[in-house]
Amino acid sequence: MWPRLEARPERSRVMVYLTPLVAAGLTMLAGLILFAALGQDPVRALWAFFVAPLTTAFGWAELVVKATPLVLCALGLAVGFRGNVWNIGAEGQLILGAIFAGGLALWAGEASVPWLLPAMVVAGILGGMAWAAIPALLRTRFNANEILVSLMLTYVAELLLGYLVHGPWRDPGGFNFPESALFGPSALLPALVEGTRLHAGALFALAAVAAVWVLLMRAFIGFQVTVIGLAPRAGGYAGFSQTRVIWLGLMCGGGLAGLAGMVEVAGPIGQLHPQISPGYGFTAIIVAFLGRLHPVGILLAGLFMALTYLGGDTLQIELGLPRAVTGVFQGLTLFFLLASDVLIHHRIRFGRRVNPARGGA
Amino acid sequence: MEGLDGLVALLVAMIRAATPLTLAAVGELVAEKSGVLNLGVEGMMLVGAVAAFATAVATGSLALALLVALLAGMTMALIFGTLTLGLMSNQVATGLALTIVGVGLSAFIGKDFIGIPISGLGPVHIPGLFELPLVGPVLFAQDPLVYASLALTAAVSWVLYRTRAGLVIRAIGENHDAAHALGYPVLVIRLLCVLFGGAMAGLGGAYLSLAYTPMWVESMTAGRGWIALALVVFATWKPGRVLLGAYLFGGVTIVQLHAQGAGLAVSSHILSMLPYLATIVVLVLISRDRARIRLNAPSCIGKPFKAVR
Amino acid sequence: MATPVPSPPDPAPPRLELRGICKRFPGVVVNDGVDLAVRAGEIHALLGENGAGKSTLMKIVHGVLAADAGTILWEGRPVRIGSPGEARRLGIGMVFQHFALFESLTVAENVALGLETRETVEALSTRVRAVSDGYGLAIQPDRHVHELSVGERQRVEIIRCLLGAPKLIILDEPTSVLAPNEALALFDVLRRLRDEGCSILYISHKLDEIRRVCDRASVLRGGRLVATVDPRQESARSLARLMIGVEPPDLTERRRTEEDGVGPLLEVAGLDLDRDDPRGTDLRDVSLAVRGGEILGLAGVAGNGQNALMRALSGERRVSRPDTIRIGGTAAGLLGPRARRDLGLAVVPEERLGQGAVPDLTLADNALLSAYRHGGLVRRGLVRHGRARHFAGRVMETFNVIARGHGAEARSLSGGNLQKFIIGREILQQPRVLVAAHPTWGVDAGSAAAIHQALVDLRDQGAAILVISQDLDELYTLSDRIAVIASGRVSESRPTHTVTAEDIGVLMGGLFDDGKVAQAGGGPAHVA
Repeated sequence: MWPRLEARPERSRVMVYLTPLVAAGLTMLAGLILFAALGQDPVRALWAFFVAPLTTAFGWAELVVKATPLVLCALGLAVGFRGNVWNIGAEGQLILGAIFAGGLALWAGEASVPWLLPAMVVAGILGGMAWAAIPALLRTRFNANEILVSLMLTYVAELLLGYLVHGPWRDPGGFNFPESALFGPSALLPALVEGTRLHAGALFALAAVAAVWVLLMRAFIGFQVTVIGLAPRAGGYAGFSQTRVIWLGLMCGGGLAGLAGMVEVAGPIGQLHPQISPGYGFTAIIVAFLGRLHPVGILLAGLFMALTYLGGDTLQIELGLPRAVTGVFQGLTLFFLLASDVLIHHRIRFGRRVNPARGGA
Repeated sequence: MEGLDGLVALLVAMIRAATPLTLAAVGELVAEKSGVLNLGVEGMMLVGAVAAFATAVATGSLALALLVALLAGMTMALIFGTLTLGLMSNQVATGLALTIVGVGLSAFIGKDFIGIPISGLGPVHIPGLFELPLVGPVLFAQDPLVYASLALTAAVSWVLYRTRAGLVIRAIGENHDAAHALGYPVLVIRLLCVLFGGAMAGLGGAYLSLAYTPMWVESMTAGRGWIALALVVFATWKPGRVLLGAYLFGGVTIVQLHAQGAGLAVSSHILSMLPYLATIVVLVLISRDRARIRLNAPSCIGKPFKAVR
Repeated sequence: MATPVPSPPDPAPPRLELRGICKRFPGVVVNDGVDLAVRAGEIHALLGENGAGKSTLMKIVHGVLAADAGTILWEGRPVRIGSPGEARRLGIGMVFQHFALFESLTVAENVALGLETRETVEALSTRVRAVSDGYGLAIQPDRHVHELSVGERQRVEIIRCLLGAPKLIILDEPTSVLAPNEALALFDVLRRLRDEGCSILYISHKLDEIRRVCDRASVLRGGRLVATVDPRQESARSLARLMIGVEPPDLTERRRTEEDGVGPLLEVAGLDLDRDDPRGTDLRDVSLAVRGGEILGLAGVAGNGQNALMRALSGERRVSRPDTIRIGGTAAGLLGPRARRDLGLAVVPEERLGQGAVPDLTLADNALLSAYRHGGLVRRGLVRHGRARHFAGRVMETFNVIARGHGAEARSLSGGNLQKFIIGREILQQPRVLVAAHPTWGVDAGSAAAIHQALVDLRDQGAAILVISQDLDELYTLSDRIAVIASGRVSESRPTHTVTAEDIGVLMGGLFDDGKVAQAGGGPAHVA
């Protein structure tokens, strides 16, 4: 009576949309069990994690603030992932974007420079791209695995940021704390809603959703990315260049992660310090998968993942649980998604096969 | 004589730095030889590290702590194996998920153990050999896990290339359809190899929290799981060369630490980049020879297998 | 080794008997109540076209697949065969069509994997040598399989089988990968085994060879057993009728082209190309020319450089000099696939799923895959999905592709329908030059006939067509001229009616007119 998997002749379109919801639901279920095991009232904890943050306007604003870098990074990653380019160094590219943009802001100081913000946007994007260009170059020229190179560079980026804020860029008037001076007013993104931290970076994320949608769903280059990702030999047959797809994937990933870094330091943070990202670049990997590598899906998944950050904070404040629970929830979501994805290509059948040939003797 | 003592200290430290890498990389090598790419080494190491440390604090037994680390690594690997082998999920994505979960879970469990001191694994002098000049204090005055890492590397090499079980593992990594047609249980053997990889990663993590720096720090593996993955490529999937590579990296780590300690006029942040940059350089040097990678890499690596019955 | 058994009298139970074997896969019944009996010491053919259920039935006998219903009797006793290991213990050995070999391992290691033995690989090597000498199957046990030619690989499979002392050997399409002379050598081995009392189940759809070597033949059609006959009493035509169910289709009369009518539209001159994969083949001094209104057939056993030649022609690999390859008179050696398509080249690659089509994409997207330079499917960098769907629909309609619609995923199509789609997609782009590899490999007879007709029609419209195939029957049906590729070299082409199968066999062996001997042993995949 074991359930068994039976291959579907074609992908189930329904399941493509349904399994992310199944994964989110299973994550909450696992949350109930986890909280109960920790001796908490599971319903209250789950409420605190998933619902309480959204009961205030401030909470919604924070949600968007947290979702912005996630969506930006995940959009870029999705372009690569679709083409089988496994850039997992978005965290490092985000940091480089922050360093490039932040360096510009620190250079300008308190002076009022009208073109500073646009320049910081460009610098952030270029910083992320430059960092992503290394794995792109090493992969296309020397066949070096981009997973490992982009990840190693994340550690290097963290150390580089640490070096800068401990050393040359440390705020001279900052009591020796490892952080830069605060950015001047012309280096800060304007607020969208007064009284909240909601800033113009959210608009960048929305614009990026639209741009990546055109790139992936309408542009011929997006089709080439998909073909190379699904069947590289078919891509070669059609005359699509794998090298181009690798560069495109890493440049989109690096550029958008760099923009996310700029948005963070010019938005909610307003300076450089060693912990400018609570792992947005890694969580974005989950966002990209949960959003089915589709721009609109990524927008929704980004909001859901942002909620796990807020929920972690609420839990810590209200129930005294460690904030690390956020990471557990995020990882579980991805596990459940990957597990339920089997339903896209398979259906579950119950009951045993009639099989006299095997029971003959 | 002082120079010699310095050299001995350096070599001892190098071997200690290399040991967690050796353990994790040799385990991953077996999984990859069977055709499974598990990118979750970092996560498995972290969970192993925190599990070992928590057990050591709770029970005071280091042996039990090692056992728990081993089982914790295997449990993580079992999740990975169930998803990738049973449900045919993408191995790259699942491995990343395993690392993300491992980072979060270990931080969650380890929250209460930060800053607690324990007495870690101490060196065991091998009588008779310890007295040898230079070699004795370097090789025969180490802690038990160092000996275990050497023995396990030799054992893996022997099993893979000298036994029928090893032949079957290599065959499955090379061509799972043919192995299936000949009647070998591809998924079962792969699962066993993945579990072995998990156990070794768990031990590697335990080495960090019990011996290398006997304490728990969040994300204390600091990318060693990923470096272990790179080592497998560097070694072109040969156990002996994994050991060589790990010792090379141990050397880079220790030289870099000594340079920091000696007050070199370079920021410690910049020096700490060295192992990561070295990994990239080594990866480039090995990977540029595409033909060699193609000849040595298990052909089925990363590919899902579905038996039709 | 097989135990010699005196010629069995009829009353003895058959060595293997199948009763009412049924096997379903989702959506298809592959075997439908098949009864079959194989006697001791006979070569029994299992005949049927692609998709008739032969391979599935044999996988059931070998324990790789489980039947849904039916009984298997071994020497009169009902048995269950749950795994290839159990089959082996009964004395059933199998030589696979796509060899179950491990390229990075040695011959002896491969043999060891097929046996349940505690022997060391060294001890086994001695036995491998003994058997290979005994049956004239020359092979060195310490060589790596990736260094071996296809014919040698088959020998490894056979030796692995023989070392298990089988009473029944199943061979699945064994000659599909062999040059004619290699096939003759194989037949000798099979006859010898039969005379020693071993039963042989010979799966094939090649009528001539079945009539030549088999004692009895069972014919499968659409998953059912339609007849068991004595093939020596049948004609090729009557066997074909049993196999297909109708008279085999004839191609419409072809128009002879004048030898000096049109200039060559596809020209290759002195092409040298080193392998870029350690397991590939180097191309050496390849020259050929195909005129408009002509089909050139390139015969050869797989693994002799066809793949490299395809990639050099399609533009996936650039060659060093521009004028080595000319398309429509233009030097194209340095051009990529896109630019070559603009010159009027169309390509049907070897592999349908994964190369000619992306399995997970819809037919509309797969139409775009190679037709993006055609009919405004892409404008200003943006895909016009409506036009792509329309184009896919036109391909499906014109070439009678059976599928759910242009939204169906490529992998949901049968092999024949997908191949019709791919060929249709290429032909509707009105190419001046078409290069097609193995156009009907693994395709059902109906689709194969349709594909052949489409190629002939395209030729009659004046296109130059190069067909690369292992199937000599196909090449004889289609080609105006035939050349042979062996060990990365291509022979002079000759008018089809002047070339005999024996000529081709000699050429495939690597022995060319100019006396160059590539390597002894027949159809080697690699030049040392």
